[in-house]
Formats: sequence, structure tokens, C-alpha cells
Amino acid sequence: MAKTLLDKIWDAHVVKSIPGGLDVFYIDRHLIHEVTSPQAFDEIEARGLPLFRKEQIVATADHNVPTKNQHLPIEEPLSRFQVDKLTENCAKHNIELYGLGHQNQGIVHVMGPELGITQPGMTIVCGDSHTSTHGAFGAIAFGIGTSQVAQVMASQCLLLSKPKSMRITVDGGVKPGVTAKDIILYVISKLGTGGATGYFVEYAGSAFRALSMEGRMTVCNMSIEMGARGGMIAPDQTTFDYLNGREFAPKGEKWEQAVAYWSTLYTEEGATFDKELFFDAADIAPMITFGTNPGMGMALNAVIPTDVPASEQASYSKSLSYMGFAPGESLLGKEIQYVFIGSCTNSRIEDLRQVAKYVQGKKKAAHVEAIIVPGSKQVEKQAIEEGIDKVLAEAGFELREPGCSACLAMNEDKIPAGAYCVSTSNRNFEGRQGPGSRTLLASPLVAAITAVEGKIVDITQYLN
Amino acid sequence: MEKFEVLRSTAVPLPIENIDTDQIIPARFLKATSREGFGENLFRDWRFDNTGQPKADFVMNTGRYSGRILVAGKNFGCGSSREHAAWAIHDAGFKVVISSFFADIFKGNALNNGLLPLQVSDEVLERLLNQIEQDPQTTLVVNLVNQELEVPVWEEKFSFEIDAYKKECMINGYDDIDFLVNQKEAIEQYESNRPWAY
Repeated sequence: MAKTLLDKIWDAHVVKSIPGGLDVFYIDRHLIHEVTSPQAFDEIEARGLPLFRKEQIVATADHNVPTKNQHLPIEEPLSRFQVDKLTENCAKHNIELYGLGHQNQGIVHVMGPELGITQPGMTIVCGDSHTSTHGAFGAIAFGIGTSQVAQVMASQCLLLSKPKSMRITVDGGVKPGVTAKDIILYVISKLGTGGATGYFVEYAGSAFRALSMEGRMTVCNMSIEMGARGGMIAPDQTTFDYLNGREFAPKGEKWEQAVAYWSTLYTEEGATFDKELFFDAADIAPMITFGTNPGMGMALNAVIPTDVPASEQASYSKSLSYMGFAPGESLLGKEIQYVFIGSCTNSRIEDLRQVAKYVQGKKKAAHVEAIIVPGSKQVEKQAIEEGIDKVLAEAGFELREPGCSACLAMNEDKIPAGAYCVSTSNRNFEGRQGPGSRTLLASPLVAAITAVEGKIVDITQYLN
Repeated sequence: MEKFEVLRSTAVPLPIENIDTDQIIPARFLKATSREGFGENLFRDWRFDNTGQPKADFVMNTGRYSGRILVAGKNFGCGSSREHAAWAIHDAGFKVVISSFFADIFKGNALNNGLLPLQVSDEVLERLLNQIEQDPQTTLVVNLVNQELEVPVWEEKFSFEIDAYKKECMINGYDDIDFLVNQKEAIEQYESNRPWAY
């Protein structure tokens, strides 16, 4: 029977199947960070268990690190304690740690791919829902809870039932100003925040094929925002070119063998999915969200929908009231106070280049605070080498040091109550960027233009 | 993990859809390195104002509702993978969450912590929410052994689904680590036969 990409990778990682439909499922790479690992270390220590395959674990500090003065001790005591705990645990168990100050430190989902730790055909987990990012390489990658972090530490396996499969095909060329972020925000707006729950998604079609690896990562990153267990794109020449020469990518003869194997990782003709969806790339416009979940997105120049089913009306009204918006309203002309460019969704070098290209020779609006947080030390270094830091500074944008930052506001980077923030991150939940904050998700290009104009505009009139 | 067989309790209604894990436990409270104490910040920004005073109109503050069962709108637990969400609900005294739809990661996390995610139809959920709001003393009986939710005042029982292995784990208080560590031989055997792994 013809196999899907998911079938091929899943089947290759089943250690054994147990009665009742669960598989003992092998994990190739385990990424850990300071927030969801301490209780797992405690768990295995309390049970007196050794780490089963510590060389398959890589750690970094990202979620609550400050984005200023990283060379100094962390000021906030609880964050410092959590980061110190990670350092202590990694030292005790001899785990590779890219901590603060290390040249490889960064947001876990930026760090893994850029070092070549993430490779096609692998299974990758992390105690973070945006682990779906790594699926861009044709890997099965997904977020897990802390109990599962402990299970992987103890056995390098998880007990899982195979998810249902969904293929989302987007064909055709995109309009000017439409980026990977707009494509995925569009797809999520069509499916809703729970529309892919229970499924593992494969993205197919020429619109995804045309994306760079960084664009593909942006797409797969947000799979979880429609409830999907993960998202993946079959590896191709773009994937191989990206990986070739990276620190942990196979080298020499092994590289040739790896590429030969990776080239077999695609969905075969005639393979069936539990659900298939098709979209036309030409229908996608630059997007923005207007509500408090990522499914509440629309084209920038559209109006907030009014046709909501009666059963969802109460939650919809609550959401719009939190945002200070009304059904039927246009967002064009709305003044915003903050722009955040960063997060595991959009903090890579291409994102920064795109922002720098637009803002070069311009100034941000006086009332806007514009924060740019690179995804990793490597992205930061490259931005400085390319002079992007100077372009941004001249335009009034502040380039910070790497971390998750205002995406979830665990560190000092918070959006004040009531303020509007156009953010390139992945979640617009109530209070996500700080208590009372109001988040509008968008692409780095939309964020850059918004920062300069100081208000929401139809960006298609600003592109040249 | 605590054992779970049958629970008889009143319930707390929370008729909001898409309750995400940032509402269940905001990220700023994830800095603890133990599993305990998250319950006091459960639904923090809905439950307390920015000075830390309880908001009088939130269901957990009105004094009208109590019990060990939370009944919430569909797509409960969407968003982040933070197990702290399951810990917070459990730590606040709940043993069961009833909804018409659960996000995957939350569901798994709940089951790994002795918190039962119990899925009912949209229709039953709506009836339950109305019933509890009209009569906060309504008792529900959750029988995991028989996989049944009983609403005595209606004289009705509803069966619910749960993975057979997970059910066994909850009833006996076992978790996956015990099982997986015992698979060491099979795992090592598997590892020795992966010619395609680089």
C-alpha cells in the first residue's frame, strides 16, 4: 500500500506495538529548556533512574532569559533560579548545554535547525508545543509535557497512538507582500484553533515548495495553533542545501548516504490521508489577527467577521471585547503602541533581513516601541555582520539579545495592559504578552510597515 | 499517581470555548521548579484583578459553585504543552474536566497526572452547563471503571471513551515511565538495527 511521509517515518520508529493501539515510539533527538525540564529531572532522580541516552539530548536557555545584558547575572530571582537549575542538571547528567553566553544559545526551535541537529526522517521532541517547527525538514516533531520529558530521559521512548493524517495543499504563486506567515495564518483562519486536533499535517503543493527552509519553519511552527500534533514538509533540494555543511549535519560519505535516504521521504502517489484540504495561493492576502486565538485572522484590509454561529457567539464577543474591537469593523487606521519582531515563528535571519530592507532609510513612528529579538546568538552575529543592527538602530528599532522574550512575556519584555502590539509571534491569547496586553499576529513585513506608520495599514500600497 | 475509580461530586461550570493553557496558568507563573502550588494561580487573570483581589463574578469566587469536577466549553486546553496547566487544575482540587473537545497535548498531560479529561457531546455539555448553573448542588458521578458519567437528577448515564491502557494506568495509579523502563531490552534491540540513522 502506498505510504505517506508520516507513515514512513512513524513506522521506522516503532520499537514495538502493544495491545490497545499504542506504540513504543523511539525518539532521535530530545531538546530541553529551563521551564519544562526541572520537574522531569526530579522525577527520574526520585526514581533512581539513569538518563538512557544523554548524548541525544541538547539543552538551551531561552524562555525566561533577559534580552538585555546577558553577560550579567539574571536579575529576576525566579528566572535566575530556573536557568541555574538547568545548568546544574546538565552538568550533573553530562548533557550538552548551550546556555547564556554560548555561541550556540538561542530559542530551542531556532537553535536546533541552524546547527543541523534537526534532520529529515528524525523524531524530535521538546517540552514545548512549537516543536512542530522541526517538521519543516520532513521530521516527526512535536511538543510534549513534562511527564513525557521524564519518559524520554528514562527510555528514549514515548507511548503513543499514531495520529490521524491530514494533507493541506496550497498551490499557485502568492501575491506581493504575502509571506510564509500569511499562508499559515490564512490556513489557520480557515480551520480554526481546533480544526486539526488529532491530526498530523503534511503541507504540500507549490506554495510550500517555493518557500525557503526558514519560511517552511514558520509554517510548521504554527501547526499547533490549529490543534495539530505536528506539521511536516517532505525534504527536497532546498532542505539538503540548507543542511549541507552545518555543524551537526552528516559529513563526507555519510552525507551522501543521508541524502540518498532522505530522498526516499515523500508521500507516495496514491497514498491516502484521513483528511485532505486544498487552497489556492492566489486567494491569500497579507494577514492579521483580530481576536484572542490564532484562528481569528483575516486579510489586513477585510472587516471583522459578523457571521458567527450562535453557539460560539458568547466566546466571540468576550474575545472582541478584550481586544476593544467590534464585529464588522476594519482594523485599518488603528493606532498601535508596540511592535514585537521575534519568537520561534519569525526571528531568523531572513525575517530580520526583510525588516531591515523595508525600514532602511525610514524611521519608526514616534509613539511606537519596536523591539526586535533575534532567535539565536548565530542569528544575532549574522545580523551584525550584515550591518542589519545599524539599519535597525537608525530606524529606531532596538535589536536585543536572543530569547523567547515578549512572545510569552516570562522575562521583563512585556506589553502593558490595554496596549496593542503587532507581533510576529504565534499566539494572541489573552494576556499572552503580559496581563491585559492585546496582540495582533502578523508577518515581519506587516510588523515593520506598522512600526513605521504607527497604525494598521493596507501594506499592499507600501510595497515597491 | 493517585488511583481513580469512581468520583461523586458537584461541579464548577466554565462555559467558555477555546480555553487555552495561558488562561489556565499564565506563563509568568511557570518559574517554579516543583510540581506543587500551581493551583493558587489557576485561571489567575480571570480569577484575580491586577492587585491580586478576587474578581467577584468569576465562577470560582462567587461562592455559588464547588466540587471536584470542572465543566468547560469546547476545545479545552489548547495552546502550549505546559504540563503546569494539568498540575494547576489538579492542585486546585479538581479530578475531572468535562468538555466536548480537548486539545491533544493537554489531554495527554492530564492523563499522566490522574486528572480525567472526560469528553461528552456538544449537546450533553450544554445541558450539563445549564443544569449546574440552575442548580449548583447537582451531583455528577464519574465511573471510570464502567466508563460512564451519571447525572442522577436526570436518571441518565452517558458512556465516554478512554484508551484502555490509560484507563488501566489511572485505575491502578501507574504511569508510562514504569512501563517504558521495562522495555529496555526491546529498545536496545531496536537501536542496533537502524542502518538509515545518521
